[in-house]
Amino acid sequence: MSAVTTTSAPPKPRTQEPSWRDRLTRRPALLKLGALLVIAAVAVPVLHSRWASGTWPAPLTVDLTEPLGKVSDWIIDNRDGHPLFLYFFGHISNAVVLSVRGVYLVLLALGWAGTTALAALVAWRAAGVKLAAGTVVALAACGLLGMWVPTMQTLALMAVAVAASVILGAFLGLAAGLSDRTFRILRPVLDTMQVLPAFAYLLPVVLIFGIGVPAAVLATVVYAAPPMARLTALGLREADKGVLEAVESLGATARQRLFTARLPLARKQLLLGLNQTIMMALSMAVIASVIGAAGLGDRVYQALASVDVGQALAAGLPIVLMAIVLDRVTAAAGSGDREQGRSWLPAALGVLAVAAVAVATRLAGSLLWPEAWSIEIAPTVNKAVGWMTDHLYSGVPVIGGTADWAGHFTSFVLDPIRSGLTALPWYAVLLLVAALAWLIGTWKSALTAALAMAAIGVLGVWKPSMDTLSQVVAAVAVTLLIGFAIGIAASRSSRLERVLRPVLDVMQTMPQFVYLIPVVALFGVGRAPAAAAAVVYALPAVVRITTQGLQQVSPAALESARSLGATSGQQLRQVQLPLARPSLLLAVNQGVVLVLAVVIIGGLVGGGALGYDVVFGLAQGDLATGLKAGAAIVCLGLMLDRVTQPSRAARKEDA
Amino acid sequence: MNRRTALKSTALGLGALLLTGCGAADMTQQASPYANAAGAKTVTLSVQSWVGAQADVAVAKLILERELGYRVDTVQVDEVPAWDALSQGRVDMIMEDWGHPEQEARYVKDKKTIVPAGEVGVIGHIGWWVPKYFADKHPDVTDWRNLNKYADQFKTPESGGKGQLLDGSPSYVTNDKALVNNLKLNYQVVFSGSEAAQITQIQRFAKEKKPFLTYWYKPQWLFEQVPMVEVKLPKYSEECAAKAPEDIDCEYPTTPLAKYMNANFAKKGGKAAQFLKNFKWDAEQQNAVSLMIADQKLSPDEAARKWVAANENVWRAWLPK
Repeated sequence: MSAVTTTSAPPKPRTQEPSWRDRLTRRPALLKLGALLVIAAVAVPVLHSRWASGTWPAPLTVDLTEPLGKVSDWIIDNRDGHPLFLYFFGHISNAVVLSVRGVYLVLLALGWAGTTALAALVAWRAAGVKLAAGTVVALAACGLLGMWVPTMQTLALMAVAVAASVILGAFLGLAAGLSDRTFRILRPVLDTMQVLPAFAYLLPVVLIFGIGVPAAVLATVVYAAPPMARLTALGLREADKGVLEAVESLGATARQRLFTARLPLARKQLLLGLNQTIMMALSMAVIASVIGAAGLGDRVYQALASVDVGQALAAGLPIVLMAIVLDRVTAAAGSGDREQGRSWLPAALGVLAVAAVAVATRLAGSLLWPEAWSIEIAPTVNKAVGWMTDHLYSGVPVIGGTADWAGHFTSFVLDPIRSGLTALPWYAVLLLVAALAWLIGTWKSALTAALAMAAIGVLGVWKPSMDTLSQVVAAVAVTLLIGFAIGIAASRSSRLERVLRPVLDVMQTMPQFVYLIPVVALFGVGRAPAAAAAVVYALPAVVRITTQGLQQVSPAALESARSLGATSGQQLRQVQLPLARPSLLLAVNQGVVLVLAVVIIGGLVGGGALGYDVVFGLAQGDLATGLKAGAAIVCLGLMLDRVTQPSRAARKEDA
Repeated sequence: MNRRTALKSTALGLGALLLTGCGAADMTQQASPYANAAGAKTVTLSVQSWVGAQADVAVAKLILERELGYRVDTVQVDEVPAWDALSQGRVDMIMEDWGHPEQEARYVKDKKTIVPAGEVGVIGHIGWWVPKYFADKHPDVTDWRNLNKYADQFKTPESGGKGQLLDGSPSYVTNDKALVNNLKLNYQVVFSGSEAAQITQIQRFAKEKKPFLTYWYKPQWLFEQVPMVEVKLPKYSEECAAKAPEDIDCEYPTTPLAKYMNANFAKKGGKAAQFLKNFKWDAEQQNAVSLMIADQKLSPDEAARKWVAANENVWRAWLPK
């Protein structure tokens, strides 16, 4: 998820766009509310007389526990005998294992020096000398942290997952880019898949493939392919019509048009798609360790089990470094600044150099990173974290300790929201959701949102879903409060922005598992630490989008405001914020999506509700519980996205 | 040109078919892609999330590698999925199991893909515990009948007005919700979602000398850091254990921890399988290693190295003759 905004350009302010404003402030809003009121007036008395209860009425639920349990038993009993598994899933699983193993063996055979040289070569050709140097430093850091072998395992897994995602995504994107009907069908599906928490994808693949690398790779592919498909389709569709007409008039066949004009024109979008796919896959690498992904993710997960933050950080840092390097390299390749110098000579020399380095290390007999060259960061980090939690937990004069905050937050924010949501009659929740979604979007999104909520009720997980929802609402409120404040400050001071940038990068790419334990040490077990982790994770995106949105407000508008003698505060309130409104809405949407993802993971630290059910399902092999919760998470994600998603026009097409 | 592409694609398709092989592919017989990378004999051990199991694995791993020349891979899997992975041969061995009768019936009795591999030598015990500093001041808290008296002191923001009973990872065996209900206790079970979170919370409470009531188990290294006293629950009996899960109203049984092995590995695993069957130590020895890992923050490998260096007479007996 971290990918969603890492590189995407901020939504540009739309100077000539009265439409969203009109729709929001003039009559249509009243009209929509009126229509909903009519629906409510007719439906509510009927519903209330039949099923008067706060939570979803029992007669309207469908119990899936038994059928799901049966499916799971059938799969376990037939996995080693049924033709479906022998001739279909078995081959998929085999192919995954073979390709991951292949890449892994190549990386090991290249040795640490060869791999580093190869990575530097690729970075140099794609993005220039500076980033090549960065790549070398990053890989060396992985070695120094004593994480060389796990890094290679993760790289191998990632390479296979990304390749499969790109192929699958490009194929889907091609279909959607060339056919309007496919586009119409795929578009909402892909949009939705991008906002779903990674955790929800784990159970279905485990059900079929069992715990292990194949399941991890496939979950990653499902998670990472949508951005590639989306951006391929958009790239193909947005190709310059004039160029296409010119090519057509030259008598090119459909295929020639595709390969000589449309694909090259979409190059930028394709590379952006690759970039996002890589980032999504990396963020999944750690979460997939819950289902046996091995590599760095597993190290983080194992360190978590022994409450060893330092060790978790040592395994988490290589992921952060890989993410930053891969992000910068693919982004640079996509920006197209380096069209020049496409001669083959330097590349060939580079390949020779890599081969020479690989042979040299092989002869020197040190294929793996030499153990002597490593630094232990774990003890220092643990000491620092220990000191911090000891001194902040309680008894801080005046402001109180973090434990007190967590307590107040739980009793005065989380509890009231939760009891409010559960006490609210179920039809009122549906109407409320529909009203919110309709006011900001179209009747279609309102219907989707309401139906998603209804599906949650039918699944029989209304109560835990309301619990999760209350955590999301509270965490989003805090995120927006802090995020907008920092964003406004950063947009006014370029020095602050420069300082913030690397911090935000790290916060965004750091695997969430790493900060789960310090968060528990600070806030205790419960819903408060889950909310805190969610805030930490969602903050960077909100800050970044807010800053960029505010900075891109047209200078002319600001200038005229200034010339009219507006104070800086007035400028902000009356010019910048209103003009940056689309970005602020986008920030809200992103914030909600990211918060949901982490609140779910919060099940690991006492967040309870849906997240706990998924963890429970995975841990106990109780797939019925897990899958129901997973489906509810999907519905909740869908609803939250629709409720915060401004109508399409206001949303930038860049993921 | 079209003919040629058609030809080409048929050839490609045929090639792909040949590559994957038209035959069956049994995905339950696939090892990890990272296994055997150095071309050595490899054993894959499942590591459970608690530190005791990490200690078992670390010591077994060290001896397998150093004395018997194997390469050992470890995978962290939760308990129930680990049985599935063991049955499929994705892992060769579970070093410490706390009793899963349902899985045992399915895999050991019916499918015969898993075989028992002896006992760990440690007796496991699950129960409810309060910190010693609290029990010293209020000795009667150790009887469940008096728990309601103290519910107020065990309150937290998460327990909503009732006392908090801190529960652990979702993968652990627990009847706590049923117990609270059936014993009419004014308590709320709060699931911490992972053992790591639970330990962190207990350490935090202990530092503040705050009262708490927690689900916990023995042997466990945390007792060395935070001394705790067990709360006596109604006596365990066979009839009680046979009740439906939601009707259970007695304490947890004590379980001799067991080892399980993939059936194939047991037959063909050679010296490694023999050694792992022989592996047996007691709670004190296991705790010594656990404590080095969890408290002194040594890496499991290092902790195992220290223990192995000091206890040669113990592990020599495990080596196959």
